[in-house]
Amino acid sequence: MPRIRVEVDGATYEDDVEPRLLLVHYLRERLGKVGTPVGCDTSNCGACTVLMDGMSVKSCSVLAVQADGRDVTTVEGLGVNGVPHPMQRAFHEEHALQCGYCTPGMIMASLDLLREDPDPSEDEVREGLEGNLCRCTGYQNIVKAVRRAASEMREPAGQEVTP
Amino acid sequence: MIPATFDYVRPASLDDAVTALSDAGEDAKVLAGGQSLMPLLRMRLAIPDALIDLDRVGGLREIRDAGDAIVIGAMATHYQVIRDPLVREHAPLVAETTETVADPAVRHRGTFGGSLAHADPAGDLPAVALALDAVFLVRSVRGEREIPASEFFVDWMTSAMEPDELLVGVRLPKLGAGWGVHYEKFHRTAQAWAIVGVACAVRRSGDGIEDARVALTNMGPAPVRAGAVEVAVKGGPASEDAFRTAAAQAAAGTEPPADLHGSPEYRTHLATVLTARALAAAAG
Amino acid sequence: MTVQEVGSPRKRSEDARLITGRTRWTDNMTPAGTLHVAFLRSPYAHARIANLDTSQAKRSPGVVAVFTGQDLAEEQGSLPCAWVVTEDMKHPDHPSMAVTEVRYVGEPVACVVARDKASAVDALEEIDADYEPLSAVVDMEAALADGADLVHEDLGTNKSYTWVFENGDLDAAMRDAPVVIERRYVQQRLIPTAMEPRSVLCVPDGDEFTLYSATQIPHILRLMLATVTEIPEHRIRVVAPDVGGGFGSKLQVYGEEVIALLLARRLGRPVKWTETRSEGNMTVHHGRDQIQRLTLAAERDGRIRGLKVDLLADMGAYLMLVTPGIPLLGAFMFNGIYKMDALSFTCTGVFTTKVPTDAYRGAGRPEATFAIERLMDELAAELGIDPIEVRRHNWIKHEEFPYETIAGLTYDSGNYEAATDKALELFEYDKLRAEQADRRERQDPVQLGIGVSTFTEMCGLAPSRVLGSLSYGAGGWEHAAVRVLPSGKVEVVTGSSAHGQGHETAWAQITADRLGVPFEDVKVLHGDTAISHKGMDTYGSRSLTVGGVALFAACEKVVDKARTVAAHLLEASEQDLEFTGGRFSVRGVQQEGKTLQEIALAAFAAHDLPDGIEPSLDSDATFDPDNFSFPHGTHLCAAEVDTETGMVKLRKYVAVDDVGKVVNPLIVEGQVHGGLAQGIAQALYEEAVYDADGNLTTTTMADYLIPSAKDLPTFTTDRTETPATSNPMGVKGVGEAGTIASTPAVVNAIVDALRPHGVKDVPMPCTPERVWLALRGESKAAVDTSAQPGAGGGLGSAGGDQ
Repeated sequence: MPRIRVEVDGATYEDDVEPRLLLVHYLRERLGKVGTPVGCDTSNCGACTVLMDGMSVKSCSVLAVQADGRDVTTVEGLGVNGVPHPMQRAFHEEHALQCGYCTPGMIMASLDLLREDPDPSEDEVREGLEGNLCRCTGYQNIVKAVRRAASEMREPAGQEVTP
Repeated sequence: MIPATFDYVRPASLDDAVTALSDAGEDAKVLAGGQSLMPLLRMRLAIPDALIDLDRVGGLREIRDAGDAIVIGAMATHYQVIRDPLVREHAPLVAETTETVADPAVRHRGTFGGSLAHADPAGDLPAVALALDAVFLVRSVRGEREIPASEFFVDWMTSAMEPDELLVGVRLPKLGAGWGVHYEKFHRTAQAWAIVGVACAVRRSGDGIEDARVALTNMGPAPVRAGAVEVAVKGGPASEDAFRTAAAQAAAGTEPPADLHGSPEYRTHLATVLTARALAAAAG
Repeated sequence: MTVQEVGSPRKRSEDARLITGRTRWTDNMTPAGTLHVAFLRSPYAHARIANLDTSQAKRSPGVVAVFTGQDLAEEQGSLPCAWVVTEDMKHPDHPSMAVTEVRYVGEPVACVVARDKASAVDALEEIDADYEPLSAVVDMEAALADGADLVHEDLGTNKSYTWVFENGDLDAAMRDAPVVIERRYVQQRLIPTAMEPRSVLCVPDGDEFTLYSATQIPHILRLMLATVTEIPEHRIRVVAPDVGGGFGSKLQVYGEEVIALLLARRLGRPVKWTETRSEGNMTVHHGRDQIQRLTLAAERDGRIRGLKVDLLADMGAYLMLVTPGIPLLGAFMFNGIYKMDALSFTCTGVFTTKVPTDAYRGAGRPEATFAIERLMDELAAELGIDPIEVRRHNWIKHEEFPYETIAGLTYDSGNYEAATDKALELFEYDKLRAEQADRRERQDPVQLGIGVSTFTEMCGLAPSRVLGSLSYGAGGWEHAAVRVLPSGKVEVVTGSSAHGQGHETAWAQITADRLGVPFEDVKVLHGDTAISHKGMDTYGSRSLTVGGVALFAACEKVVDKARTVAAHLLEASEQDLEFTGGRFSVRGVQQEGKTLQEIALAAFAAHDLPDGIEPSLDSDATFDPDNFSFPHGTHLCAAEVDTETGMVKLRKYVAVDDVGKVVNPLIVEGQVHGGLAQGIAQALYEEAVYDADGNLTTTTMADYLIPSAKDLPTFTTDRTETPATSNPMGVKGVGEAGTIASTPAVVNAIVDALRPHGVKDVPMPCTPERVWLALRGESKAAVDTSAQPGAGGGLGSAGGDQ
């Protein structure tokens, strides 16, 4: 069994893993990081989106062995000292979630979107989130939340922004 | 679901990779970005004995200038391709089309070479490679060879590569000045595959069309070049009427598939409409 | 004085755990020793099980046990159907795991229990299963023909029941009617697709069991599990932890839940099963699937005389919890908001070899609303009248409420004029009509269509006596309890079981206002039968209109009791006390008073209570509504239709809903948005497709198209507010309204765009190909059998080299 070394949300893990183990199952079952859920088996829904070396990936479509030597951030790694990340806060403020199952992936994909474009238009947000499905909100408030977070994250200083 | 078990090999060099592939035999699969392969593994539609992961093979992600062509390394990600200055300058059709592939997270992992080697007739990039007369650079323990795009896509999910061969890169002739490009993708939702796609490049000269390349996505078991359209527009005016007339032949000789989203008849119709639109957009 | 909570856009208290990934989904829980279950499922739509050899699988590494349906035949019972709609309804046995015969692709036949998921899944491949294929029964109309292949041989027919409702003289209405419109509409099969897949974990403790499940109905599930397995009800505790959406799909008693309980009992260890999406698409109950034959008779001036409705409803292979009743929930809605002289409704339930149908957001009412709202547009077109005008001509006027409809319901309240006027203004109706005329004039290849849907629906399920009259197996009340803790903090227990709706916030708002305590001082508990012993759970837009009203009543009881205690403590008479801002004071003597918190502490200490008053202020209430709830609204949709390709693009969508008094406008708007998305998706994108052999071809999200953010427009939503008169809060349901209203609005817009081309209908989903075919005067069968592996994309994508 290959041995991997992965940083996840700031902690380092070394584990022997079966090659077939998916990153999302590694996170959930080996590390207990159940904040990242699984919503499909075809990488359509995006619920399992995490950041790997700062870029969004669907953790159901990455093998744990492929994460060897990488730095992974999940929704559980956002925020500082219990203070939520501006993106998390914006989802709350704009009522951008109902059942919340898509929310971890939606938040991580949104962060990736802002890394690329700190001030996206409504259409750009909709396009940027095309890989993440939500069944509750009709997306309208998600779009608002991302733009709200973008605006807050563009504000200089004052607020700790991770990652 | 959970993939069946497999052996995992992560070669560090190209030599090691082709050796591993040769050693692993026919039931091995090459893991590039894995964005098409992983769902197949999870659904157990693919049950390989071994995966050969190219992730750490040096040099395969490089995109370089090769004089009258550029070479895109097989492991260059879609994300990388879209932003690469060489691609944007010399193969803008590749950049534009790649932006329509899947979604951002998939584009971070998915690779140019992987998409082409997968040879899915609904994939967007094969038609582009065909339209641009790409050359596939292939390697095995037996040596290197080049396969022109016109010979690379053999059948449904089947390329001309032998089981022990690895795609290392794709050479794309530079288009040069005067070319306009467009990829017209027609799909039901953002995530859905193209029902039909048209990859198009035209060189204008004044009010006329000097040269044209047109290839179609999902109009057969492999991408097809719409040769009749190219002939019809070449030397003609750059007008919507001319494009429509030429595009009427877009589906000639194709064998469009039937699926949930369209019958062969509908695809045939779409090919003509979309080809006219693609020509017009490319001609700007 | 505290702020008014009810009516304010309070941000949800649920969110804190959901945005941080600290959620308790069922699949997140894995107690020590948990065993994992995987199911072997039928690859055939219809077959006899010839042989199931599990010996090899039992020896597979990590496998603890393997069971077939035969192994559990004695104890698994039959899955329940709570709605026997007619006395002679055919109601076949429905084992959790098939014993002798399979009747849909995906039906479980065996299960593996192993130390981990991978071992369980691996061992499935070691089970040797032989089937003798039987004929698939896919098409409802063919299924009813003489000599048709039978789904259940022993029943002798594929007809489950025929249910009839008639009122008024239909013959008279139809006789010599100047205008008669006949249509056949198909409600395609839909897969509810809650984002959280189903998951169940059963933890044994001696002869008692705690079953965690991603369910909408912990209370009903407990009772049904007890009934099916004969484990006493008080030995079963059902917990619905955080549940990731349901839309009706988790209003069910699933075989996997029963099996988990049986396995936990047999093995004495926790067992867990979580479905994959492709497994779920095949086996979660589906929604809709009706063929509607409709005849509308009207006068030349547009006045409706009568409507005849003849339905075939696809039950699938078995009758599940409320399968046969779903289409009947629409029976009373085909008349919509309109007055007419006669209504005739006939529904025949048909067995096919497909997964059973059951509730999906709207459940019966979207089908009915689609039919009448499509017909109203057809009537307008036939008469050359504006579709708004033909509706105005027929709808119940606001001064006519309460109004007894031809379907026998009493609509308590409504103002269709107000909602429509507001919608027309927001939509800029006249401007868009002008643009439409211009595009028609120019023969623009992209045509513009405007679709109207003026809808109402019956929700807030349901008055128990009405359910009784419909032969439903239970009542429709809801329960709430309020516990005032010694510190003055408040716990609310509700029998509703939220799975994304926001009860924790809305219920706290109601409580805060009624008791005059801060919002933050209220904790709402739900979804656990050990905490909430009494409840009817969440579906049918019932939580607020039934459960919220129960809470309202329970709060009143707390205040009444507190008043008695306060009067005693203040040495005043109860009549002299006033209660404002959470404080009792003697009228006119503001400085003398007792806060609710002080009274709670006194009631807790019980040192000095009036005679006959029990310690604590705790109270509870059960509310059984007198009537349904009738939200309504006007939705307008503008669609651009590319006549060359058939592609439809929504240009503008305006929804003005009237859901009565609003507790939390943020939550209401969110419900409307989500409802619209699902209704639009039915119109444009979604369809569960079975091929001629009964194979589901849309098993994944690559094939069953759920719209993404990029596929949906920005909605313009607004409200009018006509309080319900049927409950003291004036509230109406909102959970399903958007879904019910939007589907016909979208299809009406598409047909409106194409009407100059002679198009009168486009079957749903209105795919580009179907629009193109409609323009050519052709139609494509609702069940498409042409899918071939030769096409690229989707999961045809097996193979490939790299």
